Amino acid sequence: MISRRSVAAYLGGGAALAGGVLALGWWQVDGPGAKNPAPLLPLPLSEMSFSMQDHTGKEVTPQGLLGKASLVFFGYTFCPDVCPTTLSDITVWLNELGEDAALLNAIFITVDPERDTQAAMAQYMGYFHPDIRGWRGSLAETDKAIAGFNASYSLGEGEDYTVEHSSSVFLFQPDGRLAAMIDLHEDREQGLAKIRRVLQP
Amino acid sequence: MKRHLLALSLGIFASFPAIGSADQPGLEVEQAWSRASMGNDRPGVAYMVVRNTGSETRTLIGAKTDIAMMPQIHRTTTGASGVSQMAPAGDIEIQPGAEIALAPGGLHIMLMKLTQPLIEGESYGLTLLFKNGHDFEVSVPILSPTARNANP
Repeated sequence: MISRRSVAAYLGGGAALAGGVLALGWWQVDGPGAKNPAPLLPLPLSEMSFSMQDHTGKEVTPQGLLGKASLVFFGYTFCPDVCPTTLSDITVWLNELGEDAALLNAIFITVDPERDTQAAMAQYMGYFHPDIRGWRGSLAETDKAIAGFNASYSLGEGEDYTVEHSSSVFLFQPDGRLAAMIDLHEDREQGLAKIRRVLQP
Repeated sequence: MKRHLLALSLGIFASFPAIGSADQPGLEVEQAWSRASMGNDRPGVAYMVVRNTGSETRTLIGAKTDIAMMPQIHRTTTGASGVSQMAPAGDIEIQPGAEIALAPGGLHIMLMKLTQPLIEGESYGLTLLFKNGHDFEVSVPILSPTARNANP
C-alpha cells in the first residue's frame, strides 16, 4: 500500500527529474553544451590521432594517408562472412580501377589485435589485392582509431568469439575529409562509382 | 550410394556442383560454395540456396559436417549505425514453394573449429538438419578465398 506522503514525494521527484531533463536538453541543444550535428561521421583523417603498424611492420598514422584518396574499413581476420566479402569487393574495385588504383590507399584496420598478430595479418592480406594494407595497433590505439572514425566494436565472449564492428567502408578525399561511406549491402558498382568520383573530381 | 557413384561416373557433379541426395524429395539445394580457408585456425563459411519444393513447411535447425566440429547457422545483421554482428539464426522455416538464400552479409553456415583446411578446388559433404528428421546431404565446392558467390 502506498501512503499519500510517498505519492507526493514521488510526484515531486518526478517533476524535479522532468525539470532536470529539460534543463539538460537545453544545455546540450541550445546551451553551452551544443555540439556539431551528425556525430556519427568520422573526423577528417588529419584530425585523427592514433598510430599503428601495417602488416609489413611499418609505422603508420592517418596523416600518412593524406595526399591520396583513401578507403578504410574495420574488421578482423577471424571474421568468416563480412570481412572477406568486403576485402573481395575492394580487391575487385582495385582491379577494375587498373592504373588509377595507384591514386588510392586501401586500409583494413583490425579491431581484434590480440588474435590478429602481425603474422596473422600478413598471412591474411596475402590473399587479397597486394595494395590493401592491414593495420593493427595496441588496444589503446585501436580505441583511439575507433573514436576518430566515430565507429564502434565489441568483442564477444568464449574461445571462438566473434566481434561486432562497423562494417561500412569509409571513403576519404585526398585532403582527409570524408567523401562517402559504402555500406555492406550496397551494390558493388555503386561503390566503384563513388570511388571514381573521388579520384576524378 | 550407388546413385552417387553413378552420378560421379557420368560427370553430373561437374555440371551441378551441389546436388542433394534424391533420398529426400521436396528439397533442392543450389549454388553451394565455401571459401578456401587460411589454415584451420579461423572459422570457415558455407553458402547455398535451399528451396522447399514439397508441400509441407520444412524447418532448418542446423548442419553437420566432418570438416568442422561446430557448424552453426548464423545470421549477420547490420544496424542503422552500420555495425554488423553475427548471431545463431535459430530455427529457419521454409514454406512450400519458398527458398532461403545463405549468402554473404546475411544467413550463412559458420564452420567453427575446422578439422582440416578448406582447400580450393576440393569439395566436402555437409548435412542440413531439419526438424522432421529428414536430413539433406549437400556437396559443397571450395572456391577461392576471395570468391563472392558460387559463380566466380
